[in-house]
Amino acid sequence: MVETLTATPVRHDTKNGKAAAKPPRRKRQLLPYLLLVPAILLELLIHIGPMIVGVIISFYHLTQLYLANWRHAPAAGLDNYRVALNVNGAAGKALLHSFTVTLTYTVLVLGFSWLLGMTAAVLTQRAFRGRAIVRTLFLLPFALPIFASVITWNFMGQRDTGVINHVLVDQLHTQTTRPFWLIGPNSFPMLVAVTIWRTWPFAFLIISAGLQSIPDELYEAATLDGAGVMAQIRRVTLPLLAPVNRVLFVVLFLWTFNDFTTPYTLFGDTPPVQADLISLHIYTTSFTTWNFGTGSAMSVVLLLFLLLVTGIYLIVTNRRSDNA
Amino acid sequence: MRLSKIATATAMALVLAPLAACSSSSSSSAGSTGSTSSSGGASASGATGDPMADKGQTLTYWASNQGTSLENDKAVLQPELDKFKAQTGITVNVEVVPWSDLLNRVLAATTSGQGPDVVNIGNTWSASVQATGAFLPFDDAAMAKIGGKDKFLAGSLSATGATGQPPTAVPIYSLAYGLYYNKKQFAAAGITAPPATWDEFTADAKKLTTASHWALALEGGSKTENIHSAFMLSQQQGGSFFDAAGKATFDTPQNVAAIKQYVDFMQTDKIVNPSDGQYSKGTDALKDFATGVTSMVFWQAASGSLKNFGMNDADIGVAPIPLPATMPAGGKKITSMVAGINLGVFKNTKYQDAALKFVNFMTSTDEQMILNKTYGSLPSIQSAYTDPAFQTPNVTVFKDILANSAAPMPPVPAESQFETLVGTAMTNFMAEAATGKTVTADEIHQALAAAQAQVTS
Repeated sequence: MVETLTATPVRHDTKNGKAAAKPPRRKRQLLPYLLLVPAILLELLIHIGPMIVGVIISFYHLTQLYLANWRHAPAAGLDNYRVALNVNGAAGKALLHSFTVTLTYTVLVLGFSWLLGMTAAVLTQRAFRGRAIVRTLFLLPFALPIFASVITWNFMGQRDTGVINHVLVDQLHTQTTRPFWLIGPNSFPMLVAVTIWRTWPFAFLIISAGLQSIPDELYEAATLDGAGVMAQIRRVTLPLLAPVNRVLFVVLFLWTFNDFTTPYTLFGDTPPVQADLISLHIYTTSFTTWNFGTGSAMSVVLLLFLLLVTGIYLIVTNRRSDNA
Repeated sequence: MRLSKIATATAMALVLAPLAACSSSSSSSAGSTGSTSSSGGASASGATGDPMADKGQTLTYWASNQGTSLENDKAVLQPELDKFKAQTGITVNVEVVPWSDLLNRVLAATTSGQGPDVVNIGNTWSASVQATGAFLPFDDAAMAKIGGKDKFLAGSLSATGATGQPPTAVPIYSLAYGLYYNKKQFAAAGITAPPATWDEFTADAKKLTTASHWALALEGGSKTENIHSAFMLSQQQGGSFFDAAGKATFDTPQNVAAIKQYVDFMQTDKIVNPSDGQYSKGTDALKDFATGVTSMVFWQAASGSLKNFGMNDADIGVAPIPLPATMPAGGKKITSMVAGINLGVFKNTKYQDAALKFVNFMTSTDEQMILNKTYGSLPSIQSAYTDPAFQTPNVTVFKDILANSAAPMPPVPAESQFETLVGTAMTNFMAEAATGKTVTADEIHQALAAAQAQVTS
């Protein structure tokens, strides 16, 4: 604060000194906003516009019958929402099932990614020979193009030709029959594992950056007070990482919950029931059945849910940090 | 505090992103493809007599992927398009669209009104596409310009839209399902003729199945393949997935029986490798058959692909898919869906006459011979069958199936919903059977009832 107080008058002086030569103040205030206009217009056009269209579509019976003249699609009122949210109906039940699967998936991915990222970040915090190489290796799954890496998992998960079964069955003889990895009950753990493999490097990256900002003196003081490694992590690292973790959790939650590319690449457009994630589910219900109204309604419900969870999360965590 | 603001902003952005992406994706592809024909002179009066009447006009044509690659298709089509230009002076710009994109592209073009002039569609989409009203109906006047409807095979022409309405697109490549069998393996197992009934089929299949060999390959993870088989089996049972009014009737006992029969190939008869439950690429089962891993496969005319996989021509046998020994009440002697590709004209094309001339050209005897020979499909017009290439025993089998025992998939607007809903349910059944669970008739009935409840039309 001290710095800004002293800096402000200086700036004022220069401003007043050049005031005669410069155009009036009003224009200078306008300029930043004018510069922002293209960005705001583009944001409205590219981001907000389609979103609003999505919300509007959710109130119409937009099927293939009205695609050519979609302006004449009949209004649906809340019909699409009723279909999506009626858990006794077939579509609602399927959506609820998909929602539960997605929630479990998100919690698992989030938990393990954070745990792995945290562990790896703490272990590579101190400098050692080859640390840069280790860190690069850790980051590799995140850096690979998502399609290329996930399709590789698809090959590895094939029942007869995949390397997973080759190792488990042919080499280690742990199973008598070859298990399936891409259909049936195993598809869910497979999906979770692949996503964790892809996601944890990001957690690692962010936590590593957060660790850099924790001063060494705190660890030295803790050591002097007789704190062991675990105590240091609990008393020094975790509290100081709290703001970083807060952001990390929100980002990971939203990424994972909305994940489309991973299940689509791994399973194609017919995911197994056990691994029916919600983004893909909505895509299937709306695009492949040409029923865009219901699909949009589902998207809006999903949006509201995510807004609610994120909102509550941010309010709760902010209040806690304000109290602290 | 600052971090939490960043968190809020990031969170908002991420929350909003998928919705925006979801709703914009349908229009984004339209933007990139919205380059309709722009060159060309004033639209000339459509005097059908003068071949050069539409000289100088340019058509945009979206072709489907029929060859071994998109480049291969372009190489096959380009000489023919050059011929067309020499005859009429009309330039055709072809773009080969992969199957995974084609329907989305057609839908986007429909929504935006900006699209190609002429387009290939899968014939099962006909009724759905017809319902959008985006295509030029081939009424009597339009039919007259492309040579009349009598030139087409009746079977192929039945899969061009809702019954009683003018076709929304006309057939150019026709296909049908047959039972491919390995003659050598049949002979080795002491089987002299391909099975004609399902009882014979099961008996033969059990003979052929050993500890290391499976009788039949199925594309169990593929919605499309599953649904085509379910349709055919349901017809034999006297079932129907839609009633005359176009209302969904998925959960009838006949449909349940048909799907049960299909799942039971793997589940009860154990003549299919459980691994087939995850075959979804659309080539896995065929490859198994071609390489001798299995002795039979239900497939559309595929001699070209079989040769590519290295199968000996002399070993390839084709027969119609079996029928029940005693037909159930109301059962129809259907052994295939009418498969194939149709050619449609967008209603808002600026060059309708030129577009119809192009359709006429593509369905002419010469072009039908050349293109279907190259792609391994069957001509959709009668006169092209005079070519010796279409008189081999295997091709004759397919021609007879198409003429006598093939039925079009339900010609209703909700057809694509049917394929998705029931196809997905069947894929799940195959996965259950593959992973050792038992699929009961009751479970099939419940899944079909749930699928039926989701059909909106």
